[in-house]
Amino acid sequence: MNALPEPAIPETVHRAIAHDSADKHVRGAALYVDDIPEPRDLLHAAIGWSSRAHARILSLDLAAVAAAPGVVAVLAARDLTASNDIGPVLPGDPVFADGLVEYHGQSIFAVAADCVGAARRAARLARVEYQDLPAVLTIEQALADESYILPTRILRRGDAAAALAGASRRLKGRFGVGGQDHFYLEGQVAMAVPGEDGDMLIHSSTQHPTEVQHLVAKVLGLPDHAVVTEVRRMGGGFGGKETQAAIVACVAALLARRTGRPVKLRLDRDDDMILTGKRHDFLIDYDVGFGADGRIAGVEFMLASRCGMSPDLSASINDRAMFHADNCYFLQNVTIVSHRCKTHTVSNTAFRGFGGPQGMMAIEYVMDEIARDLGLDPLEVRKANFYGTTERNVTPYGMTVEDNIIPALVAELEASSDYAARRAAVDEFNRTSPWLKKGLALTPVKFGISFTAKHLNQAGALVHVYTDGSIQLNHGGTEMGQGLFVKVAQVVAEELGVALDRVKLTATSTAKVPNTSPTAASSGADLNGKAAQAAARTIRERLADLAAARFGVPADAITFRDGQVSGGGQVIAFPDLVKAAYFARIQLSATGFYTTPRLDWNEATHQGRPFFYFAYGASVSEVAIDVLTGETKILRVDILHDCGRSLNPAIDLGQVEGGFVQGMGWLTTEELAWDAAGRLTTHAPSTYKIPTASDVPRDFRVALYRGDNREDAIYRSKAVGEPPLMLGISVFHALKDAVAAAAGPVRFDAPATPERVLLAIEANR
Amino acid sequence: MTIRNFTRREFLRDTAATGGAAAIAGSGGKAWAVPAAADPPVPTQHRVTIRLNGTERALQLDPRTSLLDALREQLYLTGTKKGCDMGACGACTVLLDGKRVNACLVLAARLDGREVKTIEGLADGDQLHPLQAAFIEHDGFQCGYCTPGQIMSAAGLLNEGRPLDEHSIREWMSGNICRCGAYPNIVSAIRQASGRA
Repeated sequence: MNALPEPAIPETVHRAIAHDSADKHVRGAALYVDDIPEPRDLLHAAIGWSSRAHARILSLDLAAVAAAPGVVAVLAARDLTASNDIGPVLPGDPVFADGLVEYHGQSIFAVAADCVGAARRAARLARVEYQDLPAVLTIEQALADESYILPTRILRRGDAAAALAGASRRLKGRFGVGGQDHFYLEGQVAMAVPGEDGDMLIHSSTQHPTEVQHLVAKVLGLPDHAVVTEVRRMGGGFGGKETQAAIVACVAALLARRTGRPVKLRLDRDDDMILTGKRHDFLIDYDVGFGADGRIAGVEFMLASRCGMSPDLSASINDRAMFHADNCYFLQNVTIVSHRCKTHTVSNTAFRGFGGPQGMMAIEYVMDEIARDLGLDPLEVRKANFYGTTERNVTPYGMTVEDNIIPALVAELEASSDYAARRAAVDEFNRTSPWLKKGLALTPVKFGISFTAKHLNQAGALVHVYTDGSIQLNHGGTEMGQGLFVKVAQVVAEELGVALDRVKLTATSTAKVPNTSPTAASSGADLNGKAAQAAARTIRERLADLAAARFGVPADAITFRDGQVSGGGQVIAFPDLVKAAYFARIQLSATGFYTTPRLDWNEATHQGRPFFYFAYGASVSEVAIDVLTGETKILRVDILHDCGRSLNPAIDLGQVEGGFVQGMGWLTTEELAWDAAGRLTTHAPSTYKIPTASDVPRDFRVALYRGDNREDAIYRSKAVGEPPLMLGISVFHALKDAVAAAAGPVRFDAPATPERVLLAIEANR
Repeated sequence: MTIRNFTRREFLRDTAATGGAAAIAGSGGKAWAVPAAADPPVPTQHRVTIRLNGTERALQLDPRTSLLDALREQLYLTGTKKGCDMGACGACTVLLDGKRVNACLVLAARLDGREVKTIEGLADGDQLHPLQAAFIEHDGFQCGYCTPGQIMSAAGLLNEGRPLDEHSIREWMSGNICRCGAYPNIVSAIRQASGRA
């Protein structure tokens, strides 16, 4: 695609540069959807939702809602003429329940009123007559009833049953891994502004503007070209705004269509937590056979997840769980059975890691159990099972692990964290301390980078150079705090040899770059960075040709650096060359497009290469527990994480630390609880415990692993959004280690709340 | 404090008994977090004057209006964010007479003559407050949504005159959730500013 060499010493990439909105963030000047100045005739919407987990709606009387003060419009399923289904992949997610509700909190109708209070008050006046139906509320119950939302999938290699039968040691067990609420600090919000000809502009807090565009067009009965979705930034996404933003945008758009006025829908926090999907909780059965050295001979897993009432993205999420049940370990004989359970609870969805973390928990739990059975250090068992580099290096899904750095990375962390001495110290402490017990664990991470749905691995970008030499950049990715925008701007500045402040980032818009993939699967910088690079290189080549002609040198002798273009000893300022190009009638705008190479994946057989490469990492956690109360404390955490040759070490360190904290929260304090009627009882930060500053390990040592991405990802960097979340798994296993020190081997479910720690200890007394 | 700080939480708890009984389909989780179902008589508008970021501002408002909503919807100061609207996330932290409060739990009608400082009033024109500069220097944010609340909370903390080390900063800042988990950088930024301020 390009004949030009990469600059020898990069000026802008690989540097620790602050987030592009840093100044606005500290001044409170960064605009989120709810901060956009409101149009003068704006209406506010509220959703009325089901108070039953599973019921027929015998009658729906909205007369009192419509008559309430301030109310301008009320909509229910019967009012929708084009479509009522907004399932992202498969149908099953109605905007408004139509005669049947399948979870407590499901949207039934919506109201638009003059102010938020009036809309919310009115939404409480509906008279709904329900006929309750039996509800499936747990994974156990779904398994017993064979209640599945999608067909069960099986991934198999070798002969696990024979290997189990022939193994010298064998362990079986079951444990649970909890779900997680995203709790993006900015809740779900959209503002729909009607335009001419029935067009609709949607300001949405979404990771997937194109899907919001498509679904709004679908429910309004419009062609896609009539709807524009715009996103400048989100106040956090974490996967929760990939599909879950759509219903908010669709309700706002439907009410805007009905009233002819702009409509904003911002979910109240409780409503947000009750109405929208979360991370899947899993129930995991394992049956493992192994030798005296801890090496696995064969393993069978049953991974059952709570998908909730609709398919949403559960097929891909559970696939990814299956593809990460190997983590860093070679499993010669393996069978993974994946049940995708239908329950009458909210439809679970994408959450940072996308099933990968749950799959990884399965094998890490097994590693720990093997070590306890053999009386070995769990780290020794893990090492005995690591993928090799030239043999024992093919995953259960048939992909060769070509970039295995895990033995080297773990060895480095083991040394830098002083693991061996601390292992001995923890064991010694536990010998003499009856009421406080310590635990230590080192767990590795290998995370596959690419969407497993192959078609999503594409991206577009749009770069304009104006005649003063300033540059405007747009691409299909969305900014949710992960630093995508600054990274892509660094790439464009690097390619054109200009200062970063010459590149203006603009809001993601379906009108500028169409048919985009969600900003998900950690792919944002990989995909959009490459697409923007392609656009910038197109412009650079045109400018280089012009400069080459002027300087009388070949085009490949032209360099772009420090805002200047040079060749053959001659120099022209970048803006001057741009101006010259304009007068020479050379196009100063270009699109760029990128597709991830090397993917060769058969979704039907689950064989091939679903991932471009793997991102690696490892963490060591040391914890203490109080045997009498279950109180837990994280004493120290060491992390070594692989970002390839980091595009921006400041941003990447933040992702690693933040991902760890979020993973730690998932596995320690964040507990979702449903009552017997299927109602979520933890629907506010008062009852759902998110890590705060005081929960971060007091001694927290984080480093980036030095090493290039072996694949040609953008500037040899690696994706960093999701992988660090799984570094939190070492906290869980350190707690498991401490519990084992107190009470011996015992089933231990995540999240490892103090209550769980205490109950686990009590169970063995 | 001599003036009783009548909060929205208390106000709605007292009035919750008057409505909401007919709710079949819900639009909220807790009685006190949701306006009453049966519309109460339109309350008298209250007039208050507050000193906001150094300027007298006269307001006419429904007595149920929280300071957060008054700031965002009547004064168009959207730097103060609404995260949970129930006093549990800290995103709406502002200074009231120099002390940090959750603006979502304070009734604006009670603030006549009081002094409110928001994130918009912290910098001196182009000159950032040392906390703001330190948050940039230490990358003390990711998505930025909690940042105004973190910074105002930290400003309140510095006003409190406590001895501050890393441990105490973490403890005293634990009312401000950062879901991106930028805590190590937030704490570093506050440590730096506490040395300077």
